[in-house]
Amino acid sequence: MNWELIGESLPKLLAGTGVTVQLTLFSLAIGLLLAVPLALARLSHNPLLKYPTAGFVFYFRGTPLLVQLFLIYYGSGQFRDVLSDMGLWTYFRNAWFCAVLTLTLNTAAYTAEIFRGAIQAVPRGEIEAGKAFGMSGWLLFRRVTLPKAFRIALPAYGNEVVFLLQATSLVSAITVIDLTGAADLIRSKTFAVYEMYLTAAVLYLIMTYGLVYAFRLLEKRLNAYQHRSA
Amino acid sequence: MLDLQGYGWLLLKGLQMTVLVGLCAMFMAILFGLLGAWGKFSHSRLANWAADTYTTVVRGVPELILLLLVYYGVPKLIQDGAAALGYELRLDLNPFVAGFMTIGFIYGAFCTEVLRGAFLSVPRGQMEAARAIGMSKALAFRRVQLPLAMRMALPGLGNVWMVLIKATALISLIQLDELMRNAKLAATATHQPFTFYFLASLLFLAITLVSMLVLKRAETWAKRGVRV
Repeated sequence: MNWELIGESLPKLLAGTGVTVQLTLFSLAIGLLLAVPLALARLSHNPLLKYPTAGFVFYFRGTPLLVQLFLIYYGSGQFRDVLSDMGLWTYFRNAWFCAVLTLTLNTAAYTAEIFRGAIQAVPRGEIEAGKAFGMSGWLLFRRVTLPKAFRIALPAYGNEVVFLLQATSLVSAITVIDLTGAADLIRSKTFAVYEMYLTAAVLYLIMTYGLVYAFRLLEKRLNAYQHRSA
Repeated sequence: MLDLQGYGWLLLKGLQMTVLVGLCAMFMAILFGLLGAWGKFSHSRLANWAADTYTTVVRGVPELILLLLVYYGVPKLIQDGAAALGYELRLDLNPFVAGFMTIGFIYGAFCTEVLRGAFLSVPRGQMEAARAIGMSKALAFRRVQLPLAMRMALPGLGNVWMVLIKATALISLIQLDELMRNAKLAATATHQPFTFYFLASLLFLAITLVSMLVLKRAETWAKRGVRV
């Protein structure tokens, strides 16, 4: 183990960690915003909403993220002329943009499925109670169904966040220098295989278990009303 | 009409390799999973600690990092070891072996949890009955506990398989000629990246669909002795 080299490379690895965190946060935030309407569309009785979202969710959950990244980043090149005409080529040329776009769509699909299950699991009695108070439609959804569904979904959503954090490591394959990319770059120059990958592994471990801990706290806080006496 | 310029067969060859490497990885994953579950149940502190560390570390580190660590790290470890003993050695790992071993090792951690739960759900009475009619511990494990646990584990192992087969796409990054890498070769040669990556993704979807059907049948078959 060459500790000196680890010390020297640490600033670059930490910069890569910053990119990893940034990608995770951006994709999570946009993915979450997309997931709720997607889950509702998936549950709707309107076939024009139901089947396209079902197809979207099935495609993004059934294919590897790596293929999705390549499809959007390299695949968009096939439509360069069309995208240029629409003024979108500058975005698709940018690996960072493609990474966020792919990760967002991917996590939106997984999260939509988690929320669909959670919305279906909201006890009927709570919805009936809400109706008995005279709430209906959007108000009922916003005040009763959604908060309860979010609490039900929290453990599964926490897992999805951890998976997304780890999935961001794939963006190094489309030239984004995240933590994995930075470690790989230094490894290819210095042949310091263990030093780089093990340091990266430790940084990922810290982030993963930090997230796991944060979600456990959040769960405890949100479910504080369920006092367990036993 | 879609013109694949003769590269269609390359995708199919890749598909074959993906399924093969996936099956080998799944076999390893179940082996590692049994080992891990044994470690978690063992009375040995060391085995408990090893199994806990295994599942904690593997689930906390991205697959790609572990894959690169094994692919570049293991040959270097052996070379450094040989150098310390005064031998000059040049070694490269076969991407197929490195790939399925690493993916198997990673998903073994997920299988550990599935199998642990399955063994816990086998009623104590079953094992006691087997012992009472004179089976040795090993025989009772093989004839009674393992088949019952496997039945309970089947849905969980099926889920692991679905995730595992998608993770094999990563092995393309260490140059194994599987579906993803062959799609890349075809995409570069024909300048039709979208067409080929999209076809590759459809083939992955096909694997997922077929697996879903097979698993459903397997679960029905495994439950044939259970009264509803």
